[in-house]
Amino acid sequence: MSEWSQAIGAFGRQAAAAETISGNRGLMIEEPLLFERDQPGRCGVDLPAPPPVADRLGGLRRGGPTGLPGLSEPQVVRHFTRLSQKNYAIDTGLYPLGSCTMKHNPRLNEKLARLPGFADLHPLQPISTVQGALELIDTLAHWLKVLTGMPAVALSPAAGAHGELCGMMCIRAALDARGEKRTRVLVPESAHGTNPATAAACGFTVDAIPANARGRVDLAALKAKLGPDVAAIMLTNPNTCGLFEDEILSIAEAVHEAGAYFYCDGANFNAIVGRVRPADLGIDGMHINLHKTFSTPHGGGGPGAGPVVLAQSLAAFAPLPWLVHDQNGFRLVEQAQGAAAQTLGRLKGNHGQMGMFVRALAYMMSHGSDGLRQVSSDAVLNANYLLAELGDHLTPSFPGPCMHEVLFDDRFLEGTGVATLDFAKALIDEGYHPMTMYFPLVVHGALLMEPTETEPKEGLDRFIAVVKGLAQRAKAGDAAAFRAAPRFTPRRRLDETAAARKPVLRWRPGEAGREAAE
Amino acid sequence: MRYLPLTDADRAAMLAAIGADSVEALFRDVPRSARLDRPVDLPRAMGELEVERALARMAARNMVAGAAAGFLGAGVYRHHVPAAVDHLIQRGEFLTSYTPYQPEVSQGTLQALFEFQTQVALITGMEVANASMYDGATSCAEAVMMANRVTRRHKAILAGDVHPHYRETTTTHARFAGFEVVARDPDPAARDDLAPLVDGDTACVVVQNPGFFGHVRDFSALAEACHRAGALLVVIVTEAVSLGLVKPPGEMGADIVAAEGQSIGNPLTFGGPHVGLFATREKFVRQMPGRLAGQTVDVEGRRGWVLTLSTREQHIRREKATSNICTNSGLCALAFTIHMALLGDAGFTRLAEINHAHAVMLAERLAAVPGVALFNDTFFNEFALRLKRPAAPVVEALAGRGVLAGVPASRFWPDRKDMEDLLIVAATETNTEEDMAAFAQGLREVLR
Amino acid sequence: MSTVKYTKDHEWVRVEGDTVVVGITDYAQTQLGDVVYVELPEVGRRVQKGKEAAVVESVKAASEVFAPISGEVIAVNAELSGEPGRINSDPLGQGWFMKLRIADPKEMDDLMDETAYNGFVEGLH
Repeated sequence: MSEWSQAIGAFGRQAAAAETISGNRGLMIEEPLLFERDQPGRCGVDLPAPPPVADRLGGLRRGGPTGLPGLSEPQVVRHFTRLSQKNYAIDTGLYPLGSCTMKHNPRLNEKLARLPGFADLHPLQPISTVQGALELIDTLAHWLKVLTGMPAVALSPAAGAHGELCGMMCIRAALDARGEKRTRVLVPESAHGTNPATAAACGFTVDAIPANARGRVDLAALKAKLGPDVAAIMLTNPNTCGLFEDEILSIAEAVHEAGAYFYCDGANFNAIVGRVRPADLGIDGMHINLHKTFSTPHGGGGPGAGPVVLAQSLAAFAPLPWLVHDQNGFRLVEQAQGAAAQTLGRLKGNHGQMGMFVRALAYMMSHGSDGLRQVSSDAVLNANYLLAELGDHLTPSFPGPCMHEVLFDDRFLEGTGVATLDFAKALIDEGYHPMTMYFPLVVHGALLMEPTETEPKEGLDRFIAVVKGLAQRAKAGDAAAFRAAPRFTPRRRLDETAAARKPVLRWRPGEAGREAAE
Repeated sequence: MRYLPLTDADRAAMLAAIGADSVEALFRDVPRSARLDRPVDLPRAMGELEVERALARMAARNMVAGAAAGFLGAGVYRHHVPAAVDHLIQRGEFLTSYTPYQPEVSQGTLQALFEFQTQVALITGMEVANASMYDGATSCAEAVMMANRVTRRHKAILAGDVHPHYRETTTTHARFAGFEVVARDPDPAARDDLAPLVDGDTACVVVQNPGFFGHVRDFSALAEACHRAGALLVVIVTEAVSLGLVKPPGEMGADIVAAEGQSIGNPLTFGGPHVGLFATREKFVRQMPGRLAGQTVDVEGRRGWVLTLSTREQHIRREKATSNICTNSGLCALAFTIHMALLGDAGFTRLAEINHAHAVMLAERLAAVPGVALFNDTFFNEFALRLKRPAAPVVEALAGRGVLAGVPASRFWPDRKDMEDLLIVAATETNTEEDMAAFAQGLREVLR
Repeated sequence: MSTVKYTKDHEWVRVEGDTVVVGITDYAQTQLGDVVYVELPEVGRRVQKGKEAAVVESVKAASEVFAPISGEVIAVNAELSGEPGRINSDPLGQGWFMKLRIADPKEMDDLMDETAYNGFVEGLH
């Protein structure tokens, strides 16, 4: 037994030092860039010769070749298949990224989004030919309104940050309509970076509000900061510490009394969907990340969709287009006229992320009102289970119960020489995607875990055992091993400093990779 | 419920471990008045079959573009997407992964993004490109805001044949971010000369090629005028396939290219999700919005990729970030990358040639219809027609005959009499001889 | 021997006649980690005491460098754009940021000497 493990150890070291003939390591296959596979004369599509015509380009023909490489279809398929195998994904394992809600992405949703009746529709077809598409959007809007208790929803925002932008623009527009010049937006220290960035993009200045010892907004500090120049508060609830803002009704009351609006970052709606309606919390506007709560796939960074539910006081300012239903069926209001005269205008091309709408609605209908309530229940249960089982081994930043995610800080690593980053990288070698690290900023060396409701108990138990084991190892003084992690990945730790000092952002002919990075 | 693995026994065991009586107890921080004690008033759970049936019923109420003779463009184009593209983007490792913040377990996404950035730079003739924006319209707004940062000026001049959605999106940002937009009148004849308008306050001039009405133009002289005045030239491209045949913006002196990449690899999907392309000069890279994948090495000296220059972005720079964008159009960018890999230089050029040839053939055919006049001297795969009567009802009538005849300009300018008779028509490789014949014949009959 | 003074924002200031050389301290560069980029002011710009004069970036952070005193920028260390690592390897020497012509010599009185600064840093732990 010990000989065997020694042999593995020796082999492991050898392998780490490199050397197969191919550079491959079994299933970990090296894959060059597309551009390094270029072979003139190869092509991955068969297109007929164009019919001969006299061109109408006015002499503006491209002068030379584009430089795009030529590959056949099998090469392209193999290339991207190999690349895919270098990724971790929900489909391969637990993805406990806090605040990201990496839940299972049902394949039914993919199938339905690809129905030609949705995927093969041009956005500018005559309205009479797209009534079913508009019905779908209207149905989605209905679900979102009922689930949040809000009277209106703006559907065009393309992602969460875009939704924030929409919501904060609505607030600016409402203030303009009131003839008030309020310039300050209050944002808790624990907020996502998009919140202050969004407020700034809307012409507001950002004023940070501190957290109290319980990880929530300090109500007294908030009240002290409220004034006639405050336009809004942007609050994430449940917040990024995984806690419900238990004084939220008092917060809403204070904000409204000061004449300001209450914008909620709905990134964490998964914790309360079906159980709590934001309207009942005094919220005036909130975006919903369909790619979080409603399971549309993250796709390696997008696309998402960020519909914004709005209170009556903000509804008139919603961006174009508006979807309305009258005796002739559905139609789109695409101009700032009539009822839409006060709209803030357009935020993107066309009518919103239709492909995401189909997926999200399929997800909602699959769960139903009862199932969605079970979603938030199980998401919160799973997170509290992690807290209960790991609480004695890591250092929870705040006592429970938590909501759908649980926050630890790095006190349990004190004196070990192991940093949060090292701990997370060691988790990779154990076959897990790391939790969110160093966010939120309100605790030191944050580790934020969100298991989601789609993880089975036995999967959580395995994860818990691994995290406990790593914590023990760290405390036993194996810092060097942690700093060397990960070892079993296609690439080990990458030199981000070199990448930022001399950015290489594209391939160029004649540049061998390694030299380019030097 | 099929997506929820916890059993009642699991739940009971977990609650016991937590030391809570019920799940309800875990929600104790929620004010009692805001806790719902029963499901909201929406339908109950459904099986796959029922959901599929309900949504398929809605899908069936639409006229599928591919089932018609379709000639719609105006910023969204119906192209053939090779089967391999959709197969590959549905691999779970791409589809169900997050933003590649942990590079050791995201090399696949990162390398694909690096390839995407390179492809975008190559076809636009620019030095660098980012990892995508939401769509072309938001790319345009971001380009203008970037020009403001680079020049420290606050005025953008938008040509009259910039896509109206792009113009409106930019104008929305201008109102809230506090910059000036000089939006020129719609310019179907492409006669407007913007060079005389460029002054010392101008941050950028925004033009589109091919223009919204299809014209193909050389903006080299305008680029020089901009640069003399210390302003930037932003070039919009809404039909990425045009870059296979038309002189790219980079060769005209563009400083920023903001484009829609939907045409490559992505279906129409009723307008979204699509993928914004964003390219610029290397010297402006730190003012760029959005994510960037960059090349580096790992501790063993092997080439690899990471997200880089992140200090521009919201998660680090917060209110001083270049943009608030976080999630972008990753998977649509991947579809673009795969389709472009299949095309290569030869395929991309040929695809563009076919598009152009089809448009030339269609334009000749339609111009021969009585009551129809072609507006354009130049075009790529899209052009404007002046009909002898309002275009919207003509389009409606042709839809009844199975022809999606194009986009009436009145869809964008409902109150402008001079736009009423204008029809914007696109042809792609997907249009057959029969489609074109049906269109010409239908138009002849409707206009009779 | 020239006088070096310090600010609470971890900048150092070395007086050279009616001008000063400005950089960030060893403590600052350690806190920041590997510097990857520096944004320096244009020569000729007048900076105001306590206002942003430069930006220094590591991979995961961007920090403002505040002008320790008011004055006109008369030179910047152009070498840093190609070799930002000099801020880490030699913060008080080759890693200097900019030279300012002193606008108001009295502002120098507000700065700490080395002993006071070391005590200040000590107190941060």
